[in-house]
Amino acid sequence: MKTVEAKHLIKTYRNGEVKALNDLSLDVEEGTVLGVLGPNGAGKTTTVRILATLLKPDSGSATVAGIDVIKNPEKVREVIGLSGQYAAVDETLTGWDNLVMFGRLYHLGRQKSVDRANELLERFDLTEAAKRPITTYSGGMRRRLDLAASLIVSPKVLFLDEPTTGLDPRGRQDMWSVIQELVTGGVTVLLTTQYLEEADQLADDIAVIDRGTVIARGTSDALKTQVGGEKLEITVENVDLAKTQEIVTRVSGHAAHVETRTVSAPVGNGSRDLMEALRALDDAKIHPLDIGLRRPSLDDVFLSLTGHVAEEVNEEAVTPKKGRKK
Amino acid sequence: MNHAISDALVITKRQLLQLSRVPEVLIFSTIQPVMFVLLFRYVFGGSIDSGQPGGYVQLLMPGIFVQTVAFTLVATAAGLAEDMKKGLIDRFRSLPISRGAVVIGRTLGDALLNILVLAIMGITGYVVGWRPTSGIFQITLAFLFLFMFGYALSWIGIFVGLSIKDARTVQNVGFIVTFPLTFLSNAFAPTTGMPRVLQYFAEWNPVSSMVAACRQLFGVENQFGATANSWPSQNPLETSLIYMVLLMLIFIPLSIRKYKNTSA
Repeated sequence: MKTVEAKHLIKTYRNGEVKALNDLSLDVEEGTVLGVLGPNGAGKTTTVRILATLLKPDSGSATVAGIDVIKNPEKVREVIGLSGQYAAVDETLTGWDNLVMFGRLYHLGRQKSVDRANELLERFDLTEAAKRPITTYSGGMRRRLDLAASLIVSPKVLFLDEPTTGLDPRGRQDMWSVIQELVTGGVTVLLTTQYLEEADQLADDIAVIDRGTVIARGTSDALKTQVGGEKLEITVENVDLAKTQEIVTRVSGHAAHVETRTVSAPVGNGSRDLMEALRALDDAKIHPLDIGLRRPSLDDVFLSLTGHVAEEVNEEAVTPKKGRKK
Repeated sequence: MNHAISDALVITKRQLLQLSRVPEVLIFSTIQPVMFVLLFRYVFGGSIDSGQPGGYVQLLMPGIFVQTVAFTLVATAAGLAEDMKKGLIDRFRSLPISRGAVVIGRTLGDALLNILVLAIMGITGYVVGWRPTSGIFQITLAFLFLFMFGYALSWIGIFVGLSIKDARTVQNVGFIVTFPLTFLSNAFAPTTGMPRVLQYFAEWNPVSSMVAACRQLFGVENQFGATANSWPSQNPLETSLIYMVLLMLIFIPLSIRKYKNTSA
């Protein structure tokens, strides 16, 4: 069953000058995670805002848990959780205050709201900080609290809009494990991200979007095959360049690419190829300045799918301006 | 619908919690009006010959009361704009709560704050010589008028906050609008000294009507108004009521509709 389904969504700003969504269609199977991957301004946030009933599309239709988001937004709000790019909580209040307030707004009643707040704080490792104002929280703690707030009534569908953007690597890891745990619980998730690695870690299925429309759809493996998987990259002194190029070409089976002092080529077996290259370099008495496997980045995905690098559209231009109707 | 009121009260409670967590806000929102009372009382009070038994402070206090509640417009607008910027309004809008709850809750919260501010100002006024001479019923009615006026303006604040969306701009725009409104009135000085055009404006300015109404209810002769013998200056209580009802009739539905259709 499709738990989320969007069909031919079109959304323009400034009387059609800026096309945020251009015939975007996607769906999420029940109990799975769809990663929506794209650069800034590709339409990720607009898509989430439409599905979460915050924005009406110019045309097209969408359902969440079988409910029409345009005709029946009130019912949709009862089954969704939304966690945005910035922690949408009251910063002057404590974490506990916030969760109890949201519990009350979900009509849980006083005691149940308190119990649920304590439970979620415990689960997200925030019990110690529960009675401190959010202003004292780290970026990662804020995101976890924000996520907790979207889980008060165990939503059927969870929208996570760039849940780790702006977090340090540690905060990102923490957030990933929290999300993975949720997914095991069976909730359907639509997650947007700018990082291929994140989609790879968390999503069953990935939709790549560019300029307001889906340009590729598939599992992470399928996408990677299409993109060309990992790359072996070795940086050496100039004198060793020729020999290194020869080694890399042999290991990879593809012609190695040389740029200044770095030799690179796609590899199929990641670490095994890396080891082989290392051994060959050692035999040739070459000491690499740097050696490693590079996972394909969003740029690589875009380059191979569209032939152009991910273009960042100025967010300002996409932000709805005042005076706009609906 | 049955949740509309309880939802709004949760939002109001949040605002009161904010005040308890960040008491500075409360302190500064009361210091400013107290400062105005003292400044006007001692800077202008000595040089303006009010011809009023009890002195300038009798005329001044109603003026400052009205000015202070008028600034509720700015407070409401800035608070709401801040919530929009922080993404909090988006979160509220994604919850299954009544559509009007968030804005109703905020206007109630600001109204409650006004009660406290008015009480502190009243006490300060008393300390510096303000002595209303009417009865307890009329004094209560005056404060009720002030409370309602602040509440009505709060709804304009909602509309302004949702339209401008940036707390700092809202502050600036708010002051640019409310300062002339409160000074182009009979609040602090006689309107007779103003150029003719401004006199007419002052005459029909809701602030003037409110100040005149409060002076009447506190038992002071309104020597700063009534230059043109216009209907508002003759019937300040009725005019004020009409203004308040009109403002609410226009801005409550307008603001709630704006909230429903808005997106940060």
